[in-house]
Amino acid sequence: MAPTIAPVPKDLKKRFQTPRQEMPAQDPIARGKNFQEVTLGLEAEAAKLEAYRCIYCKEPECVQGCPVGIDIPGFLHEVEKGNFAEALGILKSTNLLPAICGRVCPQEEQCESLCKTGKSKGNRPVAIGRVERFLADWERAGGIAKPVEVAPPTGKKVAVVGSGPAGLACAADLAKLGHKVIVFEAFHKPGGVLVYGIPEFRLPKAIVAKEIANLEKMGVDIVCDFAVGLTATIEDLQKAFDAIFVATGAGLPYFMDLPGENLGGIYSANEYLTRVNLMGAFDPEHNDTPVVRGKNVVVVGGGNVAMDAARTALRLGAEKVRLVYRRSHDEMPAREEEIEHAEEEGIDFTLLTTPVRYLGDDKGRVVAVECRKMELGEPGPDGRRKPVEVAGSEHQFPADVVVVSIGNGPNPLVPRTTPGLETKKGKIVARDGSGRTSMKGVFAGGDIVLGAATVILAMGAGRQAAASIHEYLQTGTW
Amino acid sequence: MGKLARFVKGARTRFPPVPRGPHRMELLKQSFELLEKRELAPKVNLYKVRAPQVARARKAGQFVIIRVCEGSERIPLTIADADPVAGTVTLVVQEVGSTTARMAQVKVGERFADLLGPLGAPTHVAKIGTVVCVGGGIGIAPVHPIAQALKAAGNRVIGVLAARNTGLLFFRDEMRKACDEVRVWTDDGSEGKKGLATDAIKEIQAEVGQIAEVVAIGPVPMMKFVSKLTKELGIKTQVSLNPVMVDGTGMCGGCRVSVDGKSKFVCVDGPEFDGHQVDFDELSRRQAIYKEDERRAMERLVKEVR
Repeated sequence: MAPTIAPVPKDLKKRFQTPRQEMPAQDPIARGKNFQEVTLGLEAEAAKLEAYRCIYCKEPECVQGCPVGIDIPGFLHEVEKGNFAEALGILKSTNLLPAICGRVCPQEEQCESLCKTGKSKGNRPVAIGRVERFLADWERAGGIAKPVEVAPPTGKKVAVVGSGPAGLACAADLAKLGHKVIVFEAFHKPGGVLVYGIPEFRLPKAIVAKEIANLEKMGVDIVCDFAVGLTATIEDLQKAFDAIFVATGAGLPYFMDLPGENLGGIYSANEYLTRVNLMGAFDPEHNDTPVVRGKNVVVVGGGNVAMDAARTALRLGAEKVRLVYRRSHDEMPAREEEIEHAEEEGIDFTLLTTPVRYLGDDKGRVVAVECRKMELGEPGPDGRRKPVEVAGSEHQFPADVVVVSIGNGPNPLVPRTTPGLETKKGKIVARDGSGRTSMKGVFAGGDIVLGAATVILAMGAGRQAAASIHEYLQTGTW
Repeated sequence: MGKLARFVKGARTRFPPVPRGPHRMELLKQSFELLEKRELAPKVNLYKVRAPQVARARKAGQFVIIRVCEGSERIPLTIADADPVAGTVTLVVQEVGSTTARMAQVKVGERFADLLGPLGAPTHVAKIGTVVCVGGGIGIAPVHPIAQALKAAGNRVIGVLAARNTGLLFFRDEMRKACDEVRVWTDDGSEGKKGLATDAIKEIQAEVGQIAEVVAIGPVPMMKFVSKLTKELGIKTQVSLNPVMVDGTGMCGGCRVSVDGKSKFVCVDGPEFDGHQVDFDELSRRQAIYKEDERRAMERLVKEVR
């Protein structure tokens, strides 16, 4: 959808002088002890004021920064006027999961990084993500959006493999186009990383459930407890569906193969977060799945997942949470906001440090991590300065829980069980833009193609694939 | 109705409905209804569960992950048998903790909340000669489909049922059907011969001369000592490991064990491994990580039932 271009208002100066509305948040000390959402969301008046900061650019670059191409000025203009239902309608015509995107997108690198208001001296970009989230929250609180239009049924059936961000975004678009969509999920709950990975305090699971329920209302069916590759193969699905979209994500945790890594209390971030988020180990009164609650927790890594793990450990009652990262603060791949939140909550950042082995007790439980100091050397092929170990710098930290969060590889279930599917380093090879794989009628997108990336990039890939699947279903040409 | 019964019954109402409409396919008929249940031994139950997709896709050696009801854990259970025509899988479960105790409360006609499978790599089945399939206690259930498959491939299969006493043995007829010959050994001599699984292997080795392969499934100490013996005797040995699991699809690594010095994920690389290469002591230690939590979960369950 083309972005809205409206006549430029006369009060530009006033708009420029309106300050960016701060996000209200729980007190850092109090929130470190609960699993409730950290940020509280803008009030209606603040959201209107924030939308008022939009200066009606002739060529709104913010839209280009959005992987799913939301008509940002369009919905901001409606919010400014207080027309929340219209605003939400505009938002939902391109993005059916705004409550999620408004919370987890790295807007500072996307839409907000291109905002012209933010480019002017001494000013900051319009908080697009916060307004988006406001609209989604407004709907959840009882507001009613303009209903999403669904095309008449086409009679075509599409299987979506995996119910993470890529799968859900693809399913939403296809359903809107009138195709019958069935989503297959191996876990007992849909949502992928949104339910097992991202913690409750960043993305409440009730919100994810609500967004998914909205998709089901549009006619998308979700089948849980179904592992494509094992319960049925891609070949089996081909017999029953006109097209297949594989979005199985990057769910294979990497370990470092260090001595002692199989001691009790040492988790991959995936296992740790799955136990806590999906299985509800944070609430042992109602859930049976256990998790080791340590006094001294060491998290290895510097990405968003490491921040999530560290902040989760704190909320499980750890006295000291130490995040060990082999490079310096500037190279940390986590979002700045997440790093700030973690720092505020008292996570100890031990930088330029890497674990070299784990020490255990006679019961096989971890008691300490031995680390080595690092120095930054020459820039590597990715442009980041390569860390080099400092000889003789060994030192130990006490640890009864260690969470290894150094990244994930592509989920191997589909590639391993689909002989005709071309892969590269475990990732499915899909053509840029279309998501077409080496098998006719089979598309792929999200982390299974990109490697571990972000929620919104996966959603973007899902939307692209939906457009390409729609074209294929109409023309039949491959 | 007791609190626990309500809790378990809740699994039925909370289960997502099977999608309806013209697109409705057999592919989607998942309900995980408990069709048959019977006690095989004290605290050991057989469950026949409706799961047509799993029944059709499964091969010997594979397992499922089950979640009894809302709030309960995901636990792995080997598929002891399956009927692809009737669309059922058979599970044999020993009550050892809170989740298996909850499972025992489920009545015929009720549903399990979730059942995912078939998971894991199937047993490698080839014609190799005389194979000894040892089931130790509850391990008799997972060894059964492997014996079936090995016999179907043309091997001479000798089954060994081993347990502490006669009360803990089951599947005698099933194993007789699956094997060419079945021998029973108990620690106390209350049925069959008196002795351990290792004694059974020594006896068979002495009679047969050449055993092509041993498949041993049971408690970790039994698999450990069988593997130690067969290593000395130079007999290839497969064991099936049962570590703590969460997802069962390779995305967490909770089930990792050291095999030949390398870390393996049992749920996707296994569950079967070369017994001579498995670090059984590490496996035992990893199985004991949640002992305290398991005790607490059991206490809570007992309170709920009262």
